Amino acid sequence: MDESRPIFVQIAEQIENDILAGALDEETQVPSTNEFASFHRINPATAGKGVNLLVEEGILYKKRGIGMFVAPGSRARLVAKRRDQFQNEYVQPLLAEAAKIGISPRQLADMIISADAPREATA
Amino acid sequence: MNAVIDVTDLTKRFSKVTAVDEASFHIEENSITGLLGRNGAGKTTMMQLLTGQEFATAGSIRVFGETPVENSRVLSRVCFIKESQKYPEDFKAKHVFRSAPWFFPNWDAEFAERLIAEFRLPLNRRIKKLSRGQLSAIGVIVGLASRSPLTFFDEPYLGLDAVLRQAFYDRLLEDYAEHPRTIILSTHLIDEVSDLLEHVLVIDEGRIIIDSSADDLRGSATTLIGSRSVVDRFIGTREVLHREGLGGLASVTVGRLSDTERADAASAGIEMTPVSLQQLIVRTTTAAGEGTTHDNEWRHSA
Repeated sequence: MDESRPIFVQIAEQIENDILAGALDEETQVPSTNEFASFHRINPATAGKGVNLLVEEGILYKKRGIGMFVAPGSRARLVAKRRDQFQNEYVQPLLAEAAKIGISPRQLADMIISADAPREATA
Repeated sequence: MNAVIDVTDLTKRFSKVTAVDEASFHIEENSITGLLGRNGAGKTTMMQLLTGQEFATAGSIRVFGETPVENSRVLSRVCFIKESQKYPEDFKAKHVFRSAPWFFPNWDAEFAERLIAEFRLPLNRRIKKLSRGQLSAIGVIVGLASRSPLTFFDEPYLGLDAVLRQAFYDRLLEDYAEHPRTIILSTHLIDEVSDLLEHVLVIDEGRIIIDSSADDLRGSATTLIGSRSVVDRFIGTREVLHREGLGGLASVTVGRLSDTERADAASAGIEMTPVSLQQLIVRTTTAAGEGTTHDNEWRHSA
């Protein structure tokens, strides 16, 4: 776990990552709070807070007496949310580091395109 | 939520020493609280007061709404696992587990059996012949299998190796999830338990200096590393928890930063590293002490 942020936020992010990666399909059941707690060795109340965060955002929903499920349409919503964060979390730090060592945004763009070229060729 | 423990202005003096100094706090039902602090900070005295084994000099203690002193309604629901539990001469480990159900109405003998096997405890050996770790194992097993609504563990794992400590944490979490109850864990192995805790009380020189949810404490301090002039400019008039320097470099720990402040620091070229609960406590308790620094602990726990 990352020390700088609340654990429940990180639990929520991991569930989001599993949904984005397709490890948790829409309409499938997610592990119980106690299963999350024992797997990550964290307090069950903390795991519950992480799950509830996603319930509030409509990413998960509760089937009474059964458990938590991935809501339909949640994958598309998560993609949109992560795209909004991408600029701040990835692009800005990349530009800042590039500026520090004298790489212009244009040179950076060329580096990204050439780094991606082998993947394009095999795709 | 209900408060299982409610303490107001509690003070305990032993002749000239003030072991607990006007402490006020409460502990919610069905939570795991860490009672943290340095040796001699007052952790054990606090637990003795809460379990009616010491009399308060001043202030009030309510446990399940009543005073714990000489009160069987309270004490039948409490289990206190002490660092140095004394047993009758000639007692063997099996005698402890045979007598435990007399004191703990929720005692689960089958769970105790499983723990005895996991901790490989020799039942037929005299207790005074057991190793420190095996003695600690008895305490851990009694504390878990008692399923008491309020369970105190005071440094429960002296002599237990890393594998058995992990076994203790795992069984504690599992059983707590199945049978929610109020658990108070006193320890100085803070990094090992910090993820288990929901609430943190830090006691230093008898005073409660931190009373906070564990989530709120995470990220409540950050260490900034960069060239001295840049770091100093960024810090301005902020309160500094700790400061170290090496040549032109400064490493300064400050309180919580907003997202904007973090972005500003990053664009000024300042490196930011999170401060763990253990580091935070080392910082705050030494700052409250005589201003001595524990730079080695600080670096090693990083």
